[in-house]
Order: sequence, then C-alpha cells, then structure tokens
Amino acid sequence: MTELNKTGAAVGEPTSDAKAPTAFLEVRDLKVHFPTDDGLVKSVDGLSFQLEKGKTLGIVGESGSGKSVTSLGIMGLHTAGQYGKRKARLSGEIWLDGTELLSADPDHVRKLRGRQMAMIFQDPLSALHPYYTIGQQIVEAYRIHNDVSKKVARRRAVEMLDRVGIPQPDKRVDSYPHEFSGGMRQRAMIAMSLVNNPELLIADEPTTALDVTVQAQILDLIRDLQKEFGSAVIIITHDLGVVAELADDLLVMYGGRCVERGPAEQVFYEPRHPYTWGLLGSMPRLDREQQERLIPVKGSPPSLINVPSGCAFNPRCPYADVPKDNLTRTVRPELTEAGSRHWAACHMSREQRERIWIEEIAPKL
Amino acid sequence: MSENSKDTVVTTPAESDGTEANASGAATLTKDAAPGDVLLKVTGLQKHFPIRKGLLQRQAGAVRAVDGIDFEVRAGETLGVVGESGCGKSTMGRLITRLLEPTAGKVEFEGQDITHLGVGGMRPLRRDVQMIFQDPYSSLNPRHTIGTIVGAPFKLQGVTPEGGIKKEVQRLLEVVGLNPEHYNRYPHEFSGGQRQRIGIARALALNPKLVVADEPVSALDVSIQAQVVNLLDDLQQELGLTYVIIAHDLSVVRHVSDRIAVMYLGKIVELADRDLLYKTPMHPYTKALMSAVPIPDPRRKNAKSERILLKGDVPSPISPPSGCRFHTRCWKATEICKTTEPVLVELTPGQRVACHHPENFEDQAPQDTVLLTAAKEAAELVPDEVLEESAQTSAAVAEAPSEGGTSSAEKGDATGDKA
Repeated sequence: MTELNKTGAAVGEPTSDAKAPTAFLEVRDLKVHFPTDDGLVKSVDGLSFQLEKGKTLGIVGESGSGKSVTSLGIMGLHTAGQYGKRKARLSGEIWLDGTELLSADPDHVRKLRGRQMAMIFQDPLSALHPYYTIGQQIVEAYRIHNDVSKKVARRRAVEMLDRVGIPQPDKRVDSYPHEFSGGMRQRAMIAMSLVNNPELLIADEPTTALDVTVQAQILDLIRDLQKEFGSAVIIITHDLGVVAELADDLLVMYGGRCVERGPAEQVFYEPRHPYTWGLLGSMPRLDREQQERLIPVKGSPPSLINVPSGCAFNPRCPYADVPKDNLTRTVRPELTEAGSRHWAACHMSREQRERIWIEEIAPKL
Repeated sequence: MSENSKDTVVTTPAESDGTEANASGAATLTKDAAPGDVLLKVTGLQKHFPIRKGLLQRQAGAVRAVDGIDFEVRAGETLGVVGESGCGKSTMGRLITRLLEPTAGKVEFEGQDITHLGVGGMRPLRRDVQMIFQDPYSSLNPRHTIGTIVGAPFKLQGVTPEGGIKKEVQRLLEVVGLNPEHYNRYPHEFSGGQRQRIGIARALALNPKLVVADEPVSALDVSIQAQVVNLLDDLQQELGLTYVIIAHDLSVVRHVSDRIAVMYLGKIVELADRDLLYKTPMHPYTKALMSAVPIPDPRRKNAKSERILLKGDVPSPISPPSGCRFHTRCWKATEICKTTEPVLVELTPGQRVACHHPENFEDQAPQDTVLLTAAKEAAELVPDEVLEESAQTSAAVAEAPSEGGTSSAEKGDATGDKA
C-alpha cells in the first residue's frame, strides 16, 4: 500500500497540504485495486476531487472507467469488515466533513453510512429486498440511526414516500417492490436513501434503467430534494445529457483516472482533453441541426489489467503523436490547469489544445 | 479496428448463385424494389398475448402488446420506431420479421402476403428480411466460432457463395470493420461493440433487403455507439439496405431515420418525416417525449421551463384506456378523447397523427373544449410557456386556410390519398 502511494505521487492539482481539508468531501489520490488471477485490476488509480455541500458533482465515463468503484469506495463498501474476503486494496484519503474514512474504524463508518452519506443504485429491483415491503425497508433504514418506535418510523416512511411523489403513500407503504413500476421503485429507493437526511448523496446511474419521461421526473425530483435538503450530490452516469441537467462540476474518467475536471460549463464549452472531445462528438444531439455523421472515438476502452502505458487514452487518441519524444506512450500525464478550477491530463500544451478545439473539433459538433 | 472499409467491393452472395430460385414463389418475384417503392406494408397488425389462469388455464385476458397498427416501409429508407418500454415496439419488430405469429392483421413483403406463412414458406424470405438484436451477449452462441456464426445463414439457406463460405465470411467481417483473421475466435474474445458488429455481419450475410434492428446500440458505450451508428449508415449507402430501427433513444433515432413512428401502448400515435416530427410534433405524447430528453448543454439547465412532465406511469396494456390511449396522461384531453379513438390521418403531407387536439395544427374536435379532470391535473405539470406557445401555433395554423387555403386542402388530398 505504501508503495502505491509513492509511485502514484501527487496528482498535479493543488491539494491543500495541510491535513484538515476545507471542503465537505475531499478525495485525495484514491486508488482501488483488485488482485485477480489474471493480474491486478486497477479500477481507480489515483483520483482526487472536492465537493461542497449543496453542490452536485457529475462523474462521467464509459463502462469500466471506475465510476462505480469510486462511489462504492467512498461509501466504504469495498472493505466491509465482516466480509473480509473481498480483497480490494484501497489507498489514498477520503475526507467527509473532517473525518478520514479509509483509516476510520469500520463501525464508525457504518454509523455514518445511511445517515451522513447515502446511495441510490442503478437497478432498484435488485437493490430492494423482494421479501420485505417498501415500508419495512424504509423503517429499518430509519430505525438503525434513530431511536424511535416502529409507529413513528412508519409515519416517517409514509411522509418520505409522499415527498418523492408516490400516490396514496399510506397504502403503498405496505406494497412489495414487485408491485411497483420501475419509476416508482426508483422513487422508493430515493425515499429510503433520504430518510435520514444525508449530507452526501451518491446516485449511481439513477435513471439508466428508466424511460425518458420517467427519467425526467426522477431528475426533477433529485434536483428539488437537493434544494430542500442542501446535501452534496455525486451523480454517476454515462449520459452527458443527465449531468448537464444536474451537475455544477464535472469529472471525466477514463481508465480509472480523471482525465478532465472542472465546472460543467467549461467542460462542455471549452473541453481540454481529446477524450472529452470524443464523447461530445459521439453523441447525436436533439438541440442541434442534424449532423451528417457522428465522430466516434476509434477502438474500444482499455482493459484495466493492461492499462496502456503513458496516457491510457493514447491508442485511441487522434493526437497521440502531437507531443514530442513519444511522450504520450511513455509518461503518464498529470492533471494540469486548463482554466480557472479546470484541469485536464494531456501532454499537448494548453495552447495546442485550445487551438485544436477551436479550429478542428468545435466546428464539427 | 478500421472505421469502415470503403475499398471493399460488395458483391451479393445471392447474385453469384442463381440456382436457388426454385424454392418457392417468393424468390421468383422481382429481385429489387426500386427506391421509394413500398417494400413492407403492414395493415391492422395485432398481437395479443393471452394470460392464462387457474387449473384449466382458461384465458383470463390478454396483453395487447400491438393493437392495430398500419404503416409501410419504402425501399431504401430508414424507418425509426420510438416509444417507452412496454409500448410494443419490439413485438412489432418480431411480428414483421415473423418471429411471432400475429393475432390479426396483415404483413405484406414486396406485395406478397406473409402473415400466415409457415416455417417452410418463410424460409426463402428469411434471406431478404434479417434482424439485428439488442444484446450482443445473448444473441451469439458462445460455443460457436465467429466463422460458424456468420457462416450459418449460408448453410441454412443452402447457398454457396463464390469462393466458398470461409472467404465470404472473412469478406463480411472486413465489411463491418473486424479483422478477418478473427474467423476462428469465440464471442467471449470480443468486446460489446465488436460483438454487435458480428451480429451485423451475420444479418448482412445473405444480402437482405430489409434489416430490422431492435435497439442496435443501446447496450453499447457512447463512443462505441457512434461507431456502430456510422457503420449502419455506411452499409445502407453501399448496399442500398432498408432499415427498420427500433430504439428508445430519441436522439439516436433522429440521427439514423428518414421517417419515424412514435408508439404508445400498442398504437402508432404519430408517423412522420424526421424533420417534421422533431420541428413540429403534433401528438402531445410526441411533444412530451421529446421535451423529456436531457440536453447535454449546461447553459440550458435553468431553462427547464420547456419540459413537459407526464403524470404517473404508462397504463397497463392488459386493459388500455378507452378512446385515445393517452387521454389519462394528456393535458389536452376532453370528453371525445375518452370515448372516441382518434384515427391516424395525414394532417400535413408526410405527417400522420392520431389525435383529436393536435399540437401545431388546427383542432380536430373544436366543439369539445371542456378538459377532463385528469387533464387539468396533467396541465399543472406543463409549463405555462408551452401551453401559450401551443395555443398560438394552433391559432396560426387555423387561420392559414383563409390566407393560403393550404392546410385544409392538403388535408383533403391526404385523406383522399389514403382511401
């Protein structure tokens, strides 16, 4: 573990050197590695970011880029003491409201989980227990953290179901998950995760399994609830449309690392990493005139066991040969400043990338 | 993986083998429909899945997955089909490829009624109608090599392409952008995007006329989606294919389609040319569906006023609402919507709509002005700007006949054409 820390070194963005972070959530050089028979899977390999209360961070990336592993890492679900057999290797620091979670006592983290931080999962049907009613599951989540009677907890469950827009909440509280439609299950999940007013809410692909009209309802709900509770939200998705709706800040992941991070507007309008350009070019867009052709990223995402040396994106990058001395294939680029509060990890100089974006990429989008 | 292989000469395996035309009547029909001719015509198509209950397995009801739809597909075009899950779009795809037996209605392919052809009767047609499936993981047999999988259509049809099956398969792999040397590999050695290419190669093997693709890109990552969409585009141009592309992603459908059918609860509610549909959607459901698509533009985050939220969920297809099926969630629903089912009529050239109170057009039932109570609730979810704008456009269209006499005349023509 200590080795990892040395080799990974500091991620080239200004991390405050003092111990106590100022941000509500601060992740520093997080690494999650899984040893397997085929080799070490470096799902997350040095990730840092901060998030303030009341703000939303969007994490985008393709499958296997480490988005979900990051969220499970923050929730402390990789180490989960009693199931010690899962040998995820975590290193780095996760600071939540002044507490470092990775080195904290698992019992302490368990007390925080559900109360201070909560999670909404992608597939509500597999995240809800089929044997218990929705009400029972919400009551359980509430009573673990609050010393109240079942009656009071049940009232709270009905109140939460009502808040997330489930019709006839006093009746539906006794329904089983299979009696709910997909959208209603996701609402119930949200009710359950918000029952203890968490300060940090992680939504892992919350709308991927839903239809667009239901997705619009759920996104609205998450936005309204955030306003009401003032929590910090991390939204993980592969859909740039969803993050554009919700996120204040954006973090683009590729091959287990952050390739670009900054305020959502800047990342959308002045992206400074070829992979972000690729994502933007791959998307057909309803708000623009019909494009003749999409501009895909060639090739496919890397295996996390054999991450390409140098920049992980180099085999797919059309500009891999722009930096001199074969730099892209030998040296891993660190995040460098690309604007105010905006960083990107690319070997091309800031000016080169600005020029390419303005002259070559932006006109085609 | 090369993006596309334009240098490849595309020969047609069927042409190189002229001896198979003895099988049945189908193959003796004119080989190629000219672009623009009707290739596939569907009338009143229905599929009801029975629900059986109790000891005697009596039929207790039916899931009316597809409940009377009409459309046609013209040679060389791409028809996109959109709708939410459970609207019957996949069932429709399986009906027109005859993987399912229709309950009622008629499917005509190149003028031939194929609705009730048996397995043997369909076989010669299988060559002309192919399907690409959604899930590239479950649609390829894990025990077979890519060579066997892509070569299977030749063996099943008893066709020997020029130069042998292996050579032809390798050529197909190259056409879809895969390495021909991967002939002996197994599906698990490929990524999702590559597998989808294998599925496409298999569908193209017999040089089909119509390719039905059911959610061809929804299981793929964004960057890979674009590769496959472009591939489908290139293949259509090179081979003159006709596509029916079923998808739930409205932006993908807009990108690939020439015409688009919007389905809701087993019915087509709107069928229109792409640009018309996206610029001036007439059915309220189409409008709501399109406004719900999240736009990847953070500057519009605060301009969410255009979004139309629909109330609740799609009703059950076991007992769909009476009249217009959308009336339970529509903000314009009146009494007539509850009682009379609207017919799919061509209101403007190239745009067919089934609605009593269409958007962007003159009201079809102006005498009915009292909103249903459900509609009043639904209207609360619709931003005022949208309501105002729709009232204005409708009024403008309603005035148009007196100025240019266009819309009503065209409407007359259109319905006349249809009859």
